[in-house]
Amino acid sequence: MWSSSNGTANVRKGRAGQLNRQHLQAQYKEILQAYLEGRGETQLYLAQQLGKWFLKQNVAPEEIIDMHLHTMEEMVDMPEPVRESFQLLTEVMIEYGNTYREHRSLRSRQKQLESEIEVAVTMQQTLLSEKVPSLEGVDIGLVSVPAKKMSGDYYHFVRHDADLFSVAIADITGKGIPAALCMSMIKYAMDCLYLTRLDPSEILFFLNGIVERNIDPSMFVTMLCGCYCLESHHFRYAVAGHEPGFLYRAKEETFYDLAGQGIALGVKRGAKYPEYSIGLEEGDLLILLTDGVTERKMGERFLQREELIGYLQAEVGRSAQEIADNLYRRLLELSHFELPDDHTMIVIRRA
Amino acid sequence: MTVPITIEIRTEQDIVLARQEGRNLSKQLGFGNIVQSRIATAISELARNIFQYAGAGTITIETVKEDGRVGVRIVAEDHGPGIRDIRRAMEDGFSTSGGLGAGLPGVRRMMDEFSIESSVDHGTRVVIIKWNS
Ligand SMILES: Nc1ncnc2c1ncn2[C@@H]1O[C@H](COP(=O)(O)OP(=O)(O)OP(=O)(O)O)[C@@H](O)[C@H]1O
Ligand SMILES: [Mg+2]
Repeated sequence: MWSSSNGTANVRKGRAGQLNRQHLQAQYKEILQAYLEGRGETQLYLAQQLGKWFLKQNVAPEEIIDMHLHTMEEMVDMPEPVRESFQLLTEVMIEYGNTYREHRSLRSRQKQLESEIEVAVTMQQTLLSEKVPSLEGVDIGLVSVPAKKMSGDYYHFVRHDADLFSVAIADITGKGIPAALCMSMIKYAMDCLYLTRLDPSEILFFLNGIVERNIDPSMFVTMLCGCYCLESHHFRYAVAGHEPGFLYRAKEETFYDLAGQGIALGVKRGAKYPEYSIGLEEGDLLILLTDGVTERKMGERFLQREELIGYLQAEVGRSAQEIADNLYRRLLELSHFELPDDHTMIVIRRA
Repeated sequence: MTVPITIEIRTEQDIVLARQEGRNLSKQLGFGNIVQSRIATAISELARNIFQYAGAGTITIETVKEDGRVGVRIVAEDHGPGIRDIRRAMEDGFSTSGGLGAGLPGVRRMMDEFSIESSVDHGTRVVIIKWNS
């Protein structure tokens, strides 16, 4: 089969282009003449400015050589070998001209790609823009900031009925666009799974199957999936290889790890996820996070969990949203305003 | 009006000859110095591709007239292996030289008209035109 590609780029230089070229040449001549008359640095400075102008007008390097030759021919009696030598120079510069033209076309392609990414970013923001539910008896705070344009972190809140809501937090390996694509898959799967009102351990079981079948073996997803009963204030949850969160016991003024066993999603077919249950007393806190929060480099060393607990301790009196906001700000300062990984933190307090 | 000139491409010397013919004709047609060199470079790239990938083929150079303007048309033709994925071959950065210098996308940018047809196992035909405006 014959395949073909046609391209017609009629570069019929309009009169404007022609005039412009003459104008540039005249300017070049003026500067060159003055320079040869010995005015020195001023002319060199003007030449530099003219160079910028040439670039703006998309004048190729070989054309400047041609301009130089013509100007010199007009001004001095050039020995034949000197004149001829310009042909060789031109021939070499044409390759540079080609690279210059390619650079220009790649730049415009880059702009186009960037605007496509912008659209994708907006789409993702719509996917993730879930409002933190306002509930009686429970105060919730959330901060989720992507390291790059698109986030590989995922979170989800769903209110099932008067006394039950679900919360999920996940982290997809890698960052940027691949992680974001995988995140959308998780999002759609979760939307379906929630309709069935499964338990956290069942949700992870099904999700593991979906992830395992649909993503590259080199990628995986860690997740914590939980269900909070507003009547009994019991939190049931299951974990798939996710960064442990914290449980704060107000009475003891102590932070505990929100531990849980379970392999990351997408690693092992048919993996099982045990369910854990804890009861919250008044003032107790649940803190869920992604590893972008904890795996922070601060200068030469990494943030320790004990340090993080220290910072959390200092905030326990505040509202859930303030705790999340202040921690984000605090950690950003400590890591010199660099955010190498997506950062998501959910704070839940029994009022 | 000149008759078309066809140059058989088998050796690197033939590439030089094709360049020379292209330059001569564009000089006759009154193209500026830079455009002459660009035409020679375009011929060079097409002839090199024939030499490298098809082993043998032809470059045909002729004058074209249309709507009161004059131009030079170059047809590069071979019966070599063809190009499997033309879209990729036309992409910047795809050439073996990593997209530095001319290559097919560069030729397309230097010329006013460019068309390529290729079929696996049957060969490749590239037609380019540069108008003297
Ligand atoms: N006449 C041809 N026959 C078969 N394949 C060709 C032919 N011309 C080009 N190709 C294929 O298209 C590709 C792109 O060609 P192009 O001339 O742009 O780059 P290149 O020859 O790889 O590198 P460069 O020309 O920069 O040295 C080549 O690598 C080759 O695979
Ligand atoms: Mg080539």
